[in-house]
Amino acid sequence: MTAPLVNLTIEGRPVSVPAGTSILEAAKTAGVLIPHYCYHPGLPVAGVCRMCLVDVEKAPKLMPSCATAVAEGQVVHVHNDKSLEARKGVLELLLINHPLDCPICDQSGECELQDYTFQEGRQDSRYREPKRFNPVEDFGGDVLYVPNRCILCTRCVRFMDDVHKDAVLAVGERGDRAVITTAPDAGLTQPWASNVVDLCPVGALLSKDFLNKARAWELDRSASVCTGCSQGCNIVVETRDNAVVRLKPRANEAVNAFFMCDEGRLNYRWLNRQDRCAVPMANGAPAEWSTAIAAAVGALNGKRAHVVANASLSNEVFFLLKRIVGKTGGSVKFDVPQGAEAALPGVEDLALRADRVANATGAEAFGAARTEQPYAGVSAGDVLVLVDVEPSAVPSTALNAASAVIFIGTADPSGLSKLTAAFPIANVVESDGTLTNLRGRVQRFLQAKAAPGQARPAWFALADLLIALGEKADYATASDIFAALATSTPAFDGMSFDSLGLKGTPLAGSMAGAGR
Amino acid sequence: MGYPHKTHPRETAILSKHFGETEARTLDGWKKRGGYRALEQALAMTPAQIVDIVKASGLRGRGGAGFPTGMKWSFMKPGDGKPHYLCCNADESEPGTFKDREIMRWTPHALVEGCAIGAYAIGAETAYIYIRGEFTECIDWMEKAVAEAYAAGIIGNNAMGTGKRIDVHVHKGAGAYICGEETALMESLEGKRGNPRIKPPFPAVSGLFSQPTTINNVETLVAVPHILMNGPEWYKAMSLSSPKSTGSKLFSVCGNVSRPGNYEIVLGFPFKDFLYDLCGGPQPGRKFKAVIPGGASVPIQTMEEAEATMMDYEGFVAQGTMLGSGGVIIFDDQQNMPRMIARLARFFAHESCGQCTQCREGTAWTTKILERIVAGQGTFEDLDTLLELADNMTGKTICVLSDSCAAPVVSGLQKFRHEFEALITGKRSSMSTGAKLTAQSSQLSAAASTGLSV
Repeated sequence: MTAPLVNLTIEGRPVSVPAGTSILEAAKTAGVLIPHYCYHPGLPVAGVCRMCLVDVEKAPKLMPSCATAVAEGQVVHVHNDKSLEARKGVLELLLINHPLDCPICDQSGECELQDYTFQEGRQDSRYREPKRFNPVEDFGGDVLYVPNRCILCTRCVRFMDDVHKDAVLAVGERGDRAVITTAPDAGLTQPWASNVVDLCPVGALLSKDFLNKARAWELDRSASVCTGCSQGCNIVVETRDNAVVRLKPRANEAVNAFFMCDEGRLNYRWLNRQDRCAVPMANGAPAEWSTAIAAAVGALNGKRAHVVANASLSNEVFFLLKRIVGKTGGSVKFDVPQGAEAALPGVEDLALRADRVANATGAEAFGAARTEQPYAGVSAGDVLVLVDVEPSAVPSTALNAASAVIFIGTADPSGLSKLTAAFPIANVVESDGTLTNLRGRVQRFLQAKAAPGQARPAWFALADLLIALGEKADYATASDIFAALATSTPAFDGMSFDSLGLKGTPLAGSMAGAGR
Repeated sequence: MGYPHKTHPRETAILSKHFGETEARTLDGWKKRGGYRALEQALAMTPAQIVDIVKASGLRGRGGAGFPTGMKWSFMKPGDGKPHYLCCNADESEPGTFKDREIMRWTPHALVEGCAIGAYAIGAETAYIYIRGEFTECIDWMEKAVAEAYAAGIIGNNAMGTGKRIDVHVHKGAGAYICGEETALMESLEGKRGNPRIKPPFPAVSGLFSQPTTINNVETLVAVPHILMNGPEWYKAMSLSSPKSTGSKLFSVCGNVSRPGNYEIVLGFPFKDFLYDLCGGPQPGRKFKAVIPGGASVPIQTMEEAEATMMDYEGFVAQGTMLGSGGVIIFDDQQNMPRMIARLARFFAHESCGQCTQCREGTAWTTKILERIVAGQGTFEDLDTLLELADNMTGKTICVLSDSCAAPVVSGLQKFRHEFEALITGKRSSMSTGAKLTAQSSQLSAAASTGLSV
């Protein structure tokens, strides 16, 4: 049931929103951002920073827009003198005890205190007294607390209380002595605790991992999807000088709300690994791409392909593998590494999943078989096709049984025996594609950095192989392949890169986002 | 008053009639003085009838805001299927106020009776008396009285044999001024940090444990039995100036005055007579300079204003201040107003819960500026900053602690600006202070320069 619509005017613009909406959220729909600190759409309302005070006509005083529901006929002024003066006052007060150490602060460049002070704060301070000082504190986990920069918005406290349901943070002391404290003998070691770093609007909660690593304005950002587990949390991949330096959650109400787990967040170094397969190989020696493909086609001639694929590869890859084994005979198999599940209690259907791969759902949709022993059943004479698996993890029995080995991957394959052809491919942040999460939501990831050497996107290399095997096709981009798979796979019917957007779409008949 | 001084002939001792009589603390002693007859009468009536009587009496909240009590009670909808709660605000922490303390100390059963009637009137079966933690003596007496009342069957599962359940619990606060704010008190009662809540929702809709709750001051509740016994007309007739202010009220008097203590007068009493007659005027050889009439949160009055004031809700407002909690703080000509105001500001800075930016930072900054001025390090720009800061701190926060800190600063600067200027220009001779201040201000200055707020 939808709530009845309420009509009001914000900054002269007519707005209609469901009853019960806050003025702050209503203003967003009109394209008006009301500056705020303590309010966050993923947390309960606190109403304490007093930054979002707005002038509502006929109200006796300024109203906190985060905590005030819209009312019919309301006229709201966000940028009139009265509201501006109030915000200026809040900014001045937030800065009197702030160290103003932006040049050495990690948050600089992505700091809301900095932004709003530049926008509408005072140019100077009237504060003549000594500033409050508290030492930096290690909150455990990946989190460092710099109390001098803290504005006591309590987002972190509310996240741990109401979302993580492990109330280890609290405001200690009172008045201007107030600081964020941890419970005795407790710290931020919970599986989702590092979200407090993203939630912190200033530089008070910092990631130890990212500490002093890069300035915010040096980073390039790309929308992507975390491949740490089957949840498919939407993320932003931040790179600097072609290296991933940080992963951050990207809001998607249907998947991960505003959050991502610490395991996913901190597991990015493999994306920068240097022991890569960077040049194509044919019969054990570096070769041109065309030579390598020809070698692979030669090995596959008349043989069955036993394909073992990494289940974090894209839908496009599994679609092409299905077509390849359709030509050669054989099967595509994958295994799913398991880990402990860790739910975020305050968000429905959000967890670090036991399945630590990103696309088992998509792999199965394209006929790949999930098994604990993907290398079992390599018959004598089969060609073993390894797609983005670790060479060291391939059992020698399978290598011995195979007539030839074709390696399509990111890791250095030179130790593999019977290596007929090797195709260097791009990893997930070096190419475009789509993944299907455990609830059947198809989501795009975008390229964030360049692949090393002559590596090509996996879809590109596989399309070349498929065409060399005789398929009549002309795939120039990942979206071409996605269009082809959408046409030929009923569950994907009607989807395109454009229609997926950056928040994805559930497969036909799937339960993606149920209950949200 | 009755204790420690004899009741002044011009007082109207109703609530304070038995102050000083140790026997009144016991159940037998209280019954001998007519105790619990009003409760018996109340339990024979319907809750709506009681609310109507209280409405008709014109009783207004004695905690500071002066909201009509009967109307507050009528917000509690009977039969809504939810448990209702009565909270008695006995967290009396307003500087200069000590009336509830004396009520609980001398007549604890009066409060038990008031709570029982109040709870019944609003459809609550449970009443909590939240007592300031430092009031150890009050807590002892209240706990004894509640235990006696339970043992005698006056309250409990079968209150006075009527089959109605009325539980009264005494809860000890932990000594935070902010827990006297009604929603902070509820948070504290729930076992959380005592931070005021955003209103709406108001307590009558969602209060203690998110249920409909009424919260009343001690003095308000103890007035109710008298209203039931004597009728609303009797109470309403007690009004000397404005018909909107009825009944008797206790005023706590402290500061530079001959006879400090509690005085109970009928509302509308002339403040001039109160100060010079009841309280005995200034100490020998001194002159009154200023008054804070309603606890530290209200604006300061000059003597001119104070002497023209009629002591009721409207009368104080007409003279630029508020009745507040009735804590009268008197300053004489030996006092240095900037120093007094700095001390008040320091109190608010110390007691701010720290939730809202304006209050957390503003109260502390105000204090630092004032202490610097007192230490002789002030500038004229500081005075402008203080006023702008006070404006920024007024009407912008969840509760009114921030406003309370700003009020004496603004009124002090308006009315005693010359004393601030004298400190800034260093013309100490123009001030009515001597060597004592110099010694203390150097202490303050030392504290300010090390950044310690004491």
